[in-house]
Amino acid sequence: MDLLLGGVCKAGESKRLETGKWRSFRPVVDRNRCIKCGKCADLCPDSCMEIKEDGAEVNLYYCKGCLICMRECPVKAITKEVEEK
Amino acid sequence: MIVDREGEKEMTMQTEVKELHAPGHRACPGCGCAIAVKSILRETGPNTIVVSPTGCLETFTSPIRGSSWEVPWIHSLFENAPAIATGVLAGLNAKGNPDGTKVVVIGGDGGTYDIGMGSLSGMFERKDDILYICYDNEAYMNTGIQGSSATPLGVGTTTTPVTGNSFGKTVEKKDLVAIALAHGVPYVATASIANLADLKKKVRKGMDNPGPAFILMLTPCNVGWGYEPEETVELARKAVETGLFPIVEFEDGDLVSALKIRPVPVEEYLKPQKRYQHLFKNEKFTDVLEAIRKKAEDNIKKFDLV
Ligand SMILES: Cc1ncc(C[n+]2csc(CCOP(=O)(O)OP(=O)(O)O)c2C)c(N)n1
Ligand code: SF4
Ligand SMILES: [Mg+2]
Repeated sequence: MDLLLGGVCKAGESKRLETGKWRSFRPVVDRNRCIKCGKCADLCPDSCMEIKEDGAEVNLYYCKGCLICMRECPVKAITKEVEEK
Repeated sequence: MIVDREGEKEMTMQTEVKELHAPGHRACPGCGCAIAVKSILRETGPNTIVVSPTGCLETFTSPIRGSSWEVPWIHSLFENAPAIATGVLAGLNAKGNPDGTKVVVIGGDGGTYDIGMGSLSGMFERKDDILYICYDNEAYMNTGIQGSSATPLGVGTTTTPVTGNSFGKTVEKKDLVAIALAHGVPYVATASIANLADLKKKVRKGMDNPGPAFILMLTPCNVGWGYEPEETVELARKAVETGLFPIVEFEDGDLVSALKIRPVPVEEYLKPQKRYQHLFKNEKFTDVLEAIRKKAEDNIKKFDLV
């Protein structure tokens, strides 16, 4: 018997879901301050922080605006802005 | 890339985020449990089967067409995750388990301290080679903040109300570490999202240890505790620094490590949380505050934390 496709759950399918729409505040990274320590990337519950060549970059497609990154950044390189939609 | 159900449309992911717990999950902003799970899976790696009882974790990771698991994952009933894990392990072993796949349970405090306790006790007794991690947010969050036996003394929840002379939970939380130790579990530890290097080391030890292992994590929940989402890690840290959540590790029943602290007053942990506010507003509850202070002091003495 074939399984109906409706019963199939694919791995990591949540990546389709734009949780960035939930956000009321947006974290803003000051790349001149960022020391690329990766703390924000480790602590982000939604895996939104990527450490690039010139500093942390926020993935706004998923970022829910919890601002844990801002709070935990050891050099205060992250500030918040009110999200305007 | 994800191919749409009907095979017609192809949908490209926004990023190639390489975590075994994918983004897009439905946890509240700033969820402590979500930080824990991501960190745990970074250490377990892909050769792992995860079992979760009912609760926030199960709910926010598994809506239809929205699973955030990049490892095989199974949802049990609320009460039987350890028994399901035993079954998964028995299945693996029956096939010879050629890849050495590990079985890990990640369950909430309600599923662990309360309704799953009998099942967990059985898993410990059988000495099954399973790592059980409890993410403790100290109440039944997914159903709207009912008290559990992990809810600490003095905490207001919907079933331990704060009205008139009632100051919330009237008794201490269960000592789950002691319960695991009483079963002779060979590896028992506590860990925090405020110390990820330590967490990873402990997950590794729990995985490598033959037989059952148990790790307890305190994972703050801004919805149930009443604080700003950005404070999640800060509160996890304060819980440790006050002595209220000691970071300890036991091997074969012996205490092998305890994280030293420079103790801060318990108020620094309690005051930012709405669930403790009444204790600061009403003088008749000073005894409760005193009991919480004593709890921290007792932990500091018991585990020699200073
Ligand atoms: C047998 C049974 N009783 C009650 C429920 C309803 N229920 C679903 S989740 C939940 C609370 C889970 O609490 P916990 O394990 O602490 O996880 P949390 O949601 O706090 O992460 C309850 C009571 C259920 N699913 N099954
Ligand atoms: S209610 Fe609490 S534990 Fe549940 S998803 Fe929200 S923040 Fe996480
Ligand atoms: Mg809970």
